[in-house]
Amino acid sequence: MSISRLFAIIKKEFTQIKRDKPSLVISIVMPLAMLFLFGYAVSTEVDHIPMAVFDQSKTQESRDFINAYRNSLYFNPDYYVDNIDELNNLLDTGIVKAGLIIPPDFSQYKNKMTNVLLKIDGSDPTTARTALSSGIMVSQHFSNKNTEEELSKKGMHIPNIGIDLSTKVEYNPDLNTLTFTIPGLLGLVMQNITIILTAFALVREKEKGTMEQLIVTPIKSVELMIGKLIPYILIGYTDFLMVLALSIYWFCVPVNGSIFLLLLLGFDFIICALAIGMLISTAAKTQTQAMQGAFMVLLPTIILSGFIFPREQMPSVIRAISDVIPLTYFLDILRGIIIKGVNANLLLNQIIVMTSMGFALLLIAVLRFRKRLD
Amino acid sequence: MDYVIELKDLTKRFGNITAVDKLSIKVPSGKIFGLLGPNGSGKSTTIRMICGIIKPTSGHGTVMGFDIVKESEKIKKSIGYMSQKFSLYEDLTVKENMDFYSSIYGLDKKERTERERIIIDMMELHDRENQIVSTLSGGWKQRLSLGCALLHNPKFIILDEPTSGVDPVSRRLFWNTIKKLTSEGLSVLVTTHYMEEAQESDFVAFMFNGHLLTFGTPSEIIKENNSNNLEDVFIKYVNEHGGMDKL
Repeated sequence: MSISRLFAIIKKEFTQIKRDKPSLVISIVMPLAMLFLFGYAVSTEVDHIPMAVFDQSKTQESRDFINAYRNSLYFNPDYYVDNIDELNNLLDTGIVKAGLIIPPDFSQYKNKMTNVLLKIDGSDPTTARTALSSGIMVSQHFSNKNTEEELSKKGMHIPNIGIDLSTKVEYNPDLNTLTFTIPGLLGLVMQNITIILTAFALVREKEKGTMEQLIVTPIKSVELMIGKLIPYILIGYTDFLMVLALSIYWFCVPVNGSIFLLLLLGFDFIICALAIGMLISTAAKTQTQAMQGAFMVLLPTIILSGFIFPREQMPSVIRAISDVIPLTYFLDILRGIIIKGVNANLLLNQIIVMTSMGFALLLIAVLRFRKRLD
Repeated sequence: MDYVIELKDLTKRFGNITAVDKLSIKVPSGKIFGLLGPNGSGKSTTIRMICGIIKPTSGHGTVMGFDIVKESEKIKKSIGYMSQKFSLYEDLTVKENMDFYSSIYGLDKKERTERERIIIDMMELHDRENQIVSTLSGGWKQRLSLGCALLHNPKFIILDEPTSGVDPVSRRLFWNTIKKLTSEGLSVLVTTHYMEEAQESDFVAFMFNGHLLTFGTPSEIIKENNSNNLEDVFIKYVNEHGGMDKL
């Protein structure tokens, strides 16, 4: 293997990337766009649900009740209506996701059981589920407090017995969605960039016909392959560092575990992505086909790897598919190191599986790539 | 006599298709050798075997004394190749393409500077060194292709339909360059569909259906066949060996 030939290929490849707009956009703009889009848009936290109120009682008691909803922060009871049709209309148009209907005799609740209706828009289950549970909670709390007051007026107390549950949330005590999403995003960005760019670069020589000239030169297939891959390893890894820096300093998601281990395993994962990109390139004849191939691979990995949807909930067949996706293991590793701060011992399974997958994929890719050159 | 190409019973089969059938030929060095034949006659397969890109099914051959199977790496180092389709990097500049190919051929910095200057002079590529190749016209691209194929100072150059789609003036310039280089000792293998170009060769060979039909100087071949020019000979051969319907 000749080092000067290797350098010539690397230099040429970087010059081409510099002149190729799509490659530049993919390597610089795409990781940032993905980080900020996913960082801000993927949020499963639901609060301040817009709510309509049909208050037929219009008393101090009913106002206290509505305020209890507002103070819970889960609801924004900002739409006051005068009839049920108006409330239904607001729900239909989607302006509000919930509607509270308070009966005219609401103020009597201290003396008799009073029925209040909370209507919820169930089309988005995530919002609906939050509205349902927090709606019940607010009402129960309000009701319990009243019972307590009524009893104490009569000189009675609720006996202090029963179970008092204390809770302690580990790793991400504030239940911050970003803390969960951002580490996964690191893996996703690195995977996507590396796969797309690698597949593109290897197909380009074939599509443009420049391969025809290369094969009559003394260049060896291993030199060509390594020379073409090094630039994309560098770009993929630089993107990884860039996203990591932004997640620490911009999104304030600190790395709780060893950053050295993280950097090492990041390199490990790049090998997987590189091999997948190479495999796509051996099957594609044009850059368009390579793009289609890349998206066929990327889409399932986004959905199945556990990046957004928890794998624990997947049916066993789907879960089995997610088991053969390298990103699945890398996400476990990223979240383990960044969020939980665990060491390599506890991630040993994932590390072994991911590394073996990487080498197996790389072996197949190299063999297929060489066969195509000869 | 010194031969640049010596092939003995060279055969290449792809499955049950025999692309080249027992081809035997000896081409003297320092001459222009025109390999003629219709599309699909086995010319490209022959060239690919000569370059050491594909291995023959049977038979053997040498190029500049190197075995085409065992010493293909040496062959690749010592020949220049220019393909019919422009196959340099369109998104690089003239200079960048030259730099790339001289590094691939292992030229050191001093050799590179010197050879690049010679090629730029020869192909009259001054003022275009920093131009992106995709903005060059057909004739200039062809000159650059030839230039890059000559960068490492090969003694033998293979030109696969080098002038297809090039205007007559550029074609004439191209042939003048080739002839001048031959007079300095370069051996040339050229395939072409233009018979008036083939007439410029020192030797020509006709291939059809993987077989070598004839080999000799253009004037000998014209005389043997009682024709006026190579074009008539070409058509006559095609008709005798299966006719136009086989094309």
